[in-house]
Amino acid sequence: MINSSLKNLSQMLAKKEISSVEMTQTFLDRINKYNPTINAYIALNADKTLAQAKAADVRIANGKAEPLTGIPFAQKDIFCAKGWQTTCGSKMLANFVAPYDAYVITQFDNAGAVNLGKTNMDEFAMGSSNETSYFGGVKNPWDFDRVPGGSSGGSAAAVAARLCAAATGTDTGGSIRQPASLCGFTGLKPTYGLVSRYGMIAFASSLDQAGPMAKSAEDCALMMNVMTGFDERDSTSLNRPKEDYTRGLSNIQGTQPLKGLRIGLPKEYFADGLDANVAKVVQEAIAEYRKLGAETVDISLPNSQLSIPVYYVLAPAEASSNLSRYDGVRYGHRAAEYDDLMDMYMKSRSEGFGAEVKRRILIGTYVLSAGYYDAYYLKAQQIRRLIADDFTQAFKQCDVIMGPTAPSTAFKAGEKADDPVAMYLQDVYTIATNLAGLPGMSIPAGFSNGLPVGLQLMGNYFDEARMLDVAHAYQQVTDWHLAMPEGI
Amino acid sequence: MALNITDIKRIAHLARLEISDQEATATLTKLSGILGLIEQMQAVDTTNITPMSHSQDVTQRLREDVVTAINQREAFQSNAPFLGNGSAEKAVDSGLYLVPKVIE
Repeated sequence: MINSSLKNLSQMLAKKEISSVEMTQTFLDRINKYNPTINAYIALNADKTLAQAKAADVRIANGKAEPLTGIPFAQKDIFCAKGWQTTCGSKMLANFVAPYDAYVITQFDNAGAVNLGKTNMDEFAMGSSNETSYFGGVKNPWDFDRVPGGSSGGSAAAVAARLCAAATGTDTGGSIRQPASLCGFTGLKPTYGLVSRYGMIAFASSLDQAGPMAKSAEDCALMMNVMTGFDERDSTSLNRPKEDYTRGLSNIQGTQPLKGLRIGLPKEYFADGLDANVAKVVQEAIAEYRKLGAETVDISLPNSQLSIPVYYVLAPAEASSNLSRYDGVRYGHRAAEYDDLMDMYMKSRSEGFGAEVKRRILIGTYVLSAGYYDAYYLKAQQIRRLIADDFTQAFKQCDVIMGPTAPSTAFKAGEKADDPVAMYLQDVYTIATNLAGLPGMSIPAGFSNGLPVGLQLMGNYFDEARMLDVAHAYQQVTDWHLAMPEGI
Repeated sequence: MALNITDIKRIAHLARLEISDQEATATLTKLSGILGLIEQMQAVDTTNITPMSHSQDVTQRLREDVVTAINQREAFQSNAPFLGNGSAEKAVDSGLYLVPKVIE
């Protein structure tokens, strides 16, 4: 059961082969067994979880079930969930119990889904290894000495170790896709504005986007149907007609289902810095796509190598502004001892934030400070447009872009923890789509030395349904996405 | 633009972060590395390029000027921090938040 698709789990519930309470308890038992080692979850509340499962069973019995009703999900601890401890991986919010629900949580609740718990993450989503979490690192289920990636590392390990049916994540510079690559599952960052950011703790507001982390493209499509939608409480939520992201999946049939599809291969994504074994796996996946009828086109994204410098101006700038709200006055950590108001601010923030968060606040404060704005922030916004324009040009030649998700497989814990620049390079292939606001996806494409390798798909704005079809076609003829770590 | 310890302390103060001399030295090394990465931008000619602040070409929505939020003061104040300085009380009183005296 733990390896079943969401569709199969839903059918099992509909046929009364299993109740939601039993299904939920199975996952809770696995969590109790493995979480002390893996540290994927940082907040659990079996009473709340099972109450939702019981309610789901009633709903199913009444014939009111929706596709996700009764299925247990893990929620990244960046989403406020009423009555749940919601920490964003930070000491700053260690005692914060959310007084309201994020849009994403409300959508899952309304669909009758069950919340298994809140997952570990890099502090305020700033990191690519989950090592910046105040609540400790997360182990990669494929190799406990290695990191799961980040920032959605807890959700990633929970999906990979089958400690949930699927999970949510957020992606500001690669935080869904890079862990999906390192832990071997399917993750999708939607077009900016498709999923409301209401109740999602802010890091870099012009880049943050929530998305599904699941075993397959089909599972991601079902979750997208629940997660997307217009929400007036998010000023950047896009008011578009509701889409069925599963609509094309059943058309993927025959030996060449992707005939006519043009796949763009950006030369910059296969250049220096890419691990040779990862490159080999990615090339094999692309060869499989040719067999499915797709043609490949060589393209160029000439400014893509600038995406890391641009990101490390814009994201810290937005973060320094967003995180100014943590002042120890109304909620969050307040220092135990202080003299005056300024001293209270300084001590509360210094004690409440970890080293990486402080670094990014300092960078952001510096690039926005008087005299430097034009040289850094304005310049970065100008290059951001060049990066976005590269994609506009590329999508005249192709329908979807493919390349590696991450430059390497999962690295050892501690290996990059003391070198921020080396850590930042983990997101070299994922950041450009965040800057452009485009959808990006990572799907399992094979292994290198026993560790999962992800293939990245990048699509045009609002082209998620086609990307999911393209990923689904690959998952019909390969079984990398079904591989499970041994011993778990 | 090379940073020095004085810059780090100035920025930290602007960001309302307390930083010891020892931390400032370590921070200087790391921030200099990050700024070195960022410096790559300066080689790009961006004359006449319109800055991009947002990925979608949308304008700010307007709504009717009516009250939509309900009063949840007590729920919100249940997350108030502890007063500190030896007090185990929450930093709230009569629906207000308590902070050190700022006006004599």
